[in-house]
Amino acid sequence: MHIPDGFLSAPIWMSMWIIAIVIVGYAVKRTNEKLGERHVPMMGVLAAFIFAAQMLNTPVAGGTSGHMMGGVLAAVFLGPFAATIVMSTVFAVQAIFFQDGGITTLGANIFNMGLIGTILGYYIYQGIRKVIGGEKGMLVGAGVAAWITLMLGAIACAIMLGASGVVPLGVALPAMAGVHVLIGAIEAGITVVVVGMVLRSRPDLLELQKI
Amino acid sequence: MELKWWHIGLIIALVLAGVISPFASSLPDGLERVAIDHDFIELGEGHEVMHSPMPDYVVPGISNETLATSLAGLIGTLMMFGLVYGIGKALKGSSVERDKN
Repeated sequence: MHIPDGFLSAPIWMSMWIIAIVIVGYAVKRTNEKLGERHVPMMGVLAAFIFAAQMLNTPVAGGTSGHMMGGVLAAVFLGPFAATIVMSTVFAVQAIFFQDGGITTLGANIFNMGLIGTILGYYIYQGIRKVIGGEKGMLVGAGVAAWITLMLGAIACAIMLGASGVVPLGVALPAMAGVHVLIGAIEAGITVVVVGMVLRSRPDLLELQKI
Repeated sequence: MELKWWHIGLIIALVLAGVISPFASSLPDGLERVAIDHDFIELGEGHEVMHSPMPDYVVPGISNETLATSLAGLIGTLMMFGLVYGIGKALKGSSVERDKN
């Protein structure tokens, strides 16, 4: 779902850059206030894992492939704001070094594939986790948050394409949502498996203070 | 040297990026599929603002595609770890300094 340069009109990509800068700037401020010694390697490992996982496109229906985004996964371990820094750095490196996603559209990509998962996804996860409780709550919360936020990212992407006049919104919205239903299932599946494996082997790693 | 949890995490990421990634699907992703089906995929071609050193996760100049992808994956994964670890260190450093004051 990395939007390349050329897909979005200037008013849209500029607006998304401004929104991304404001939110990431706030995340840096919050993280700066709270980050502890044990968070640092966790941030590095999550960035490395999410970068690697995003290379692993899996075929879904109709001659299409998809890969995980990882925003909810990062937020489950780190909390919304430290996870925001991880995800934003991943998308910046992908755009600069690997031509995956544009430079003009980096703000939009950080928003759609990063911030929706790290921030909104984190609060969806926490809400479900508290209602259900225990390890089951964590796994269900992480999976549901991962699926919902991947879908919302696809919908946000469709709205930006529509607003850019590239394709009518009435066309983009069902097309983007439809194709991402299964990709969202990949997102949810990998997020649940990783959280579940860490719960079995090193549950203490899930107890870092959430930032 | 004792193997710490984050060494294991980094090794898993390196295996995914270095060993598994050459076998990933090269079919269009969700957005590319919609762009192809609705005839706007060409908008994204030739409008690159800059040229990346390893476009499409391939190290240029290596004729073996598997190796070129694998190397790009390893370089990218190590770069991600180092960069975000460094950012984390820098942010933590500034919070410790403020605590002292």
